[in-house]
Amino acid sequence: MTTLKAVAWEPVTAQAIIDELKSKPGALLPILHAIQDRFSYIPDEAVSLIAQALKLTRAEVHGVISFYHHFRTHQPGRHVVEICRAEACQSQGARALEAHAKAALGVDYHQTTPDRNITLEPVYCLGNCSCGPSIRVGNDIHADVDAARFDELVESLKTDRVEIL
Amino acid sequence: MTFRIHVPSDTTAKARGADRIARLIEIVAEEHKVDVEVRRNGTRGLYWLETLVEVDTDAGRYGFGPVKEGDIESLFAAEFYKGNVDHPLAVGLVEEIPYLKRQERFTFSRIGINDPLSLEDYKAKDGFKGLANAIQLSSQEIVDAVKESGLRGRGGAAFPTGIKWQTVLDVPSPKNQKYIVCNADEGDSGTFADRLVMECDPFMLIEGMTIAGLAVGATQGYIYCRSEYPLSIENLNSAIQTAYDNNLLGADIQGSGKHFDLEVRMGAGAYICGEETSLLESLEGKRGLVRAKPPLPAIVGLFGQPTVVNNVLSLAAVPFILDKGAKAYADVGVGRSRGTLPFQVAGNVKFGGLVELAFGPTLKELMFEFGGGTRSGRPLRAVQVGGPLGAYLPESQWDTPLGYEEFSQKEAVLGHGGVVMFDDTVDMSEQARFSMEFCVAESCGKCTPCRIGSTRGVEVIDRIRAGQNVDANMELLSDLCETMLDGSLCAMGGMTPFPVQSAMKHFTEDFVKNAASATQAKEV
Repeated sequence: MTTLKAVAWEPVTAQAIIDELKSKPGALLPILHAIQDRFSYIPDEAVSLIAQALKLTRAEVHGVISFYHHFRTHQPGRHVVEICRAEACQSQGARALEAHAKAALGVDYHQTTPDRNITLEPVYCLGNCSCGPSIRVGNDIHADVDAARFDELVESLKTDRVEIL
Repeated sequence: MTFRIHVPSDTTAKARGADRIARLIEIVAEEHKVDVEVRRNGTRGLYWLETLVEVDTDAGRYGFGPVKEGDIESLFAAEFYKGNVDHPLAVGLVEEIPYLKRQERFTFSRIGINDPLSLEDYKAKDGFKGLANAIQLSSQEIVDAVKESGLRGRGGAAFPTGIKWQTVLDVPSPKNQKYIVCNADEGDSGTFADRLVMECDPFMLIEGMTIAGLAVGATQGYIYCRSEYPLSIENLNSAIQTAYDNNLLGADIQGSGKHFDLEVRMGAGAYICGEETSLLESLEGKRGLVRAKPPLPAIVGLFGQPTVVNNVLSLAAVPFILDKGAKAYADVGVGRSRGTLPFQVAGNVKFGGLVELAFGPTLKELMFEFGGGTRSGRPLRAVQVGGPLGAYLPESQWDTPLGYEEFSQKEAVLGHGGVVMFDDTVDMSEQARFSMEFCVAESCGKCTPCRIGSTRGVEVIDRIRAGQNVDANMELLSDLCETMLDGSLCAMGGMTPFPVQSAMKHFTEDFVKNAASATQAKEV
C-alpha cells in the first residue's frame, strides 16, 4: 500500500525543485508534478515562485494548474482513493461501487473524510479494463473491486499496514 | 536443479495479486527446499488467467492460472515447478492455448515471454534488428518502407503513417530541429495496448521512435504518457536509461553518426491531451487547448517545429516492418486496413485480454470466439468500440468485419481497438447521458458546441429520462448532436455525439421506456 509521504511546505526545497527543472523545454508540467509529488499538493506560495522562475504571470500558472484534473491546490487526506468511472468499469458494476464508496466514506468526489484519512477522486480509466471495477490507491491499482473488497481496502488504510511477507 | 518460474508484472496482474504470488512462491519454495528462480515477465494479456504462473521446461512453458494466494501450497504439493503435472489450475503449454495460438502477434511477439527491462531478452527475440537495418538505409528508404507496409495511425484516426513521415521529412525546420512525439495518453476506456507496450516491451517503443527519428531527421523524442500509468512511466524511464548506457540512444548510435535523445513526460489527467494538438500544447507547458488545423503538426508542431505525432502502437509496429519487411506486414489484413491491430476485449467479458489479429474477422468472432461472451453470463446487448467517442453497436451490426472502412460504413469507429461489452442490464439512455457528462468533464473549452453543448446534452437527456416532452426533447437532442458534430474543431466535440446518436437510433426503447415509466409514475 502506497502512502503519500506528505512533506510540509518548505520554500527552499520548492525553489530547489524549480531551479533544477526550469531550463527544460516546456518546464511547467514537470515542475508542477515535482512540487505535487513532494508536498502532495501545489500551495499558493509555490505558484508565485514558479511564475517568477518561468517568467509567467501567476494567472498563467494558475490557469495551467486548474486545467488538469491531476493537480490539486489543497492538501489531500493521507490516502487518495480514485474510482474508475469509465465505460468498461460501468459495464462491470462501477456505478454501484461509486454509490457504495460515497455512502461508506460519507463524502462525495473531491472531498476528504473528516479524519483526513481518505480523499475520494473520480478517474477516467486506469487501463485495467478486463478486470474491473478498478480503483487506484496511491500508485497501486486494484482489480475486481466490489463493495466488500472496497470495505476491506478502506479498513486496511485506517492503520499503517505492516507487510508480513 | 534450479526451476525457472515466471510471474507476470504488468498492472492488471499486479492488481490481481501477482507481486504477493511471486514472493509467496519464493518463501514456500524455501520451506519445501526446492531451488527456484522467480523471474518477472510482462503478461501474455490473457487476463482471466492472471495471475498466470509459467514454468520453463524443455517442451516449452507450462502455465497455471488463475493462481491465488491460497493455491500456492497445493501447487507445490503437485510439484508444479516440474511443468507437466496434474493440478486444477494447469493450463498446459501456454503457447498452445487456443486464445493465444490463434492470434497473429506481430507487434506483441515478445510480450509475456521477456523480462520487460532485460535488453538481452529483447535482443534475443529480434530486438533492435529493425534499427540495425534502418541505420543502413537513407531517410527516404525508411519512409518508403513504412508507406509500403500500409501502416495507418493506430491511435484511431487511421491516417497513413508513411505519408505523415514524408511530410515531416520534406519540410525544412526553421530552427533545424524536428521532433518525434509519442502519444501515450491512452485515455479511451477499454484500451490498454499502449500500456502493455510500455510496461512489457518498452525497448520496442524506444526502437520504433529511434527509427522514426532517423526517417525524418529528428534528434529529439518525447513520450507523453498519462499520469494514470505510473508503472509505464517507471519501466520506460528504466529502459531508456539502459538504452543510453548501451549506445542505443544519444550521440552516434551504434557508430552510425546518428543522434537521438528520448524523454518521458507525464500528462496530468486530461483526456483531451490525447488529441495531438492539445498534447503539443501540454508538452509546451500550457493548458491543453486544441489548436486549429492547418497548419498540421507535421509542419508546425512542437515549439513550432515539424513534428511527427504518432500513437504508441504505430511506433511499436515500426521495428517489425523494418526487420521483417514492409511486405510481411502488408500481406495480412482486409481492404485498406493492412497489418494487424491489437484489439482489447474488455468490459463485461468472460475471457478479456489482448487479441492481436490481422484486420478482417468480424466483431462477433472477437467477442464470442475469443471473449466467450459476457462475464455475468447474461445476454450481450451493446458493444462500444473505439473508446468513449465510439458508437454503441447493436446485435444487427456484430457481423461487421474489423476494418477501418468497414466500421465507418456503419457510422462506427474502430479507434484504438478497444471493445467494451455490456450485458442486458445496461440502460442505454444512461450510457448516452454519461457520454455527454464525460464531454462536460473533459472538453478543453475552446469550441462552444463542445463546451456548452455537452452540458445542455446532459440536461436534455435528463428530461427525456424523466419523461418530459419526450418526442420534442429527442428531436432537440438530435439537433444538438448535429451542432456538436459540425461545429467542433476536434474529435472531442465532433465525436461525442456518436455514442449518443447510436444509442438513440439502435436502443430507442431505453429512452422511451424511461419516459413511459415516468409518465405512469406521474399518473399514479
